[in-house]
Amino acid sequence: MEEQSKFPELSEAEQKALEELLPEEMTEIIASGIKRRHFLKLFAVTGTSLLAAHLLGIEQLMARALPIEQQAPLLIENGVNLAFKVNGTAQQLLVDSRMTLLDTLRERLNLTGSKKGCDHGQCGACTVILDDKRVLSCLTLAVTCEDKKVTTIEGLAIGNELHPMQTSFIKHDGFQCGYCTPGQICSAVALMDEAKNGEASYVTADVRRKKRSVTLSDEEIRERMSGNICRCGAYPNIVDAIREVHGDKAVAQVWQFAEGTI
Amino acid sequence: MRAFKYSNVSDAAAAIKLVSANQTAKYLAGGTNLVDLMKEDVMRPTELVDVSRLKHARIEKKGDGISIGATATNASTANDENIRENYPLLSMAILAGASAQIRNMATNGGNLNQRTRCTYFYDVNMPCNKRAPGTGCGALHGVNKNHAIFGWSEKCVATYPSDMAVALAALDAVVQVEGINNTKRSIPFADFHRLPGDHPEKDNNLQQGEFITAIDLPANRLAEKSYYLKIRERSSYAFALVSVAAALATDDNTIKEVRIALGGVAHKPWRASVAERWLIGKQATEKNFRAAAAAELKSARPLAHNKYKVSLAAKAIVRALEGAMQGGLYGAMEADSTTTNKN
Repeated sequence: MEEQSKFPELSEAEQKALEELLPEEMTEIIASGIKRRHFLKLFAVTGTSLLAAHLLGIEQLMARALPIEQQAPLLIENGVNLAFKVNGTAQQLLVDSRMTLLDTLRERLNLTGSKKGCDHGQCGACTVILDDKRVLSCLTLAVTCEDKKVTTIEGLAIGNELHPMQTSFIKHDGFQCGYCTPGQICSAVALMDEAKNGEASYVTADVRRKKRSVTLSDEEIRERMSGNICRCGAYPNIVDAIREVHGDKAVAQVWQFAEGTI
Repeated sequence: MRAFKYSNVSDAAAAIKLVSANQTAKYLAGGTNLVDLMKEDVMRPTELVDVSRLKHARIEKKGDGISIGATATNASTANDENIRENYPLLSMAILAGASAQIRNMATNGGNLNQRTRCTYFYDVNMPCNKRAPGTGCGALHGVNKNHAIFGWSEKCVATYPSDMAVALAALDAVVQVEGINNTKRSIPFADFHRLPGDHPEKDNNLQQGEFITAIDLPANRLAEKSYYLKIRERSSYAFALVSVAAALATDDNTIKEVRIALGGVAHKPWRASVAERWLIGKQATEKNFRAAAAAELKSARPLAHNKYKVSLAAKAIVRALEGAMQGGLYGAMEADSTTTNKN
């Protein structure tokens, strides 16, 4: 692979082309995610819905925390008081003992970045980081999170500065529809720590040789990310995105603007 | 999901008291299987007692062996330095199972208590003696491609899904259990899980309220030649069609000690003791591995759709033993294992 500077910006011409494709309020849409319906409508009208869908993918990836407004539940049985931290903010709420962490994030705390894919622990779209470990929020009962720290896709960026993994997913086009993307990115962020800690996987050549940190081959990345399914099949680009962040070395992206379009 | 009472307790004794007093109470640890089964309405506990924070997560030396805390996660167990060095078979088996996220949540005790993934068990509209005793076995004359070839009964042909347990069976683990009033007992691994017989609703020999505190492994001299081979329909994040935990100790290529256990073929991890006995004292050659595997598979009783498992298991035994002889290194032995339809 050709090497280049870390996270190269788009060229001026490319940036201009992208701007021309987007409505004026795109920056705001991407930043807040609140005008998604209007945005979709706009693209449906102009007949470029495929592009719209893809840009929504970007929106998923860049989802960030708005001030959290708790939603009142409709009905609670066997209520349990829960105090935990979500993206650095302390939260206290009364939850039904049946409530999963995923539903609590989405329905009570309005953090809809984490996605409900299968709701049975088979797809990874709901992956969040719980006390520094990646877990499936759809199989985690909220009541078991007392005193724990949750990081969701909304909590990865610092202000307007994206997490390197988010930047890398954009650069490498590591998604199409974007639905699995928040889970993919949370999973990949936690994976970086697991590799630094020298943790083994099923494809590690020799589990007996404990190393201080592990350098991940593509095969290792694929095995360790196998809990995150992407139905669009963006896997090669996801692997590239992770390899760039893990290797601290730029990896050339495979996409380019078509000739004559800029 | 049906409503249930959630209880959090400070020590094992309190948890045991609660679950012993309520026949429909269950322990909740990682929840990776139980919560899913509750969503599917397959399991309907009225009370969950959270044991995930109990102080039973230590992995420590015990005599010459090791004691693995029941509430330690699968991930921390697989990556424990002592286990990687001295029980690599266990690390490999755990890492072959589920996904990184699930291994971070799932505990060792929970792993032993997980239920079958038989689709008839999961579908509440289907007959299943394990889920609803007396309703019959849907798989016996139904779609049984993924089902047992050893030890099944007319009542149940389900297989046990765990990878970790297959390695524990090969390593002669002992399950430490605590019951009401501080009663303790040690269960040899071979006696922990059950064959279905007339009571497939019972997966193992634990009594209601009995709590697994630890899993002990005795010392062995098998670490250098251990291998866990898992064959599945995709290369990761899938249950085994057949898996093999294999470990040997040899002297000048003569087999002094050998352990072989199979996953995906029975209602419990299947210790291949016929093959083991056949191999003791013999040379570690492919020819002998083949003969031993054939001897083991002689007693297999395949169903309508899983005859492939008989030849697959025989070949997997050979390949796992060869992998162990090559030092258990991932790579050469796995190169074409993902395309199992070649077999």
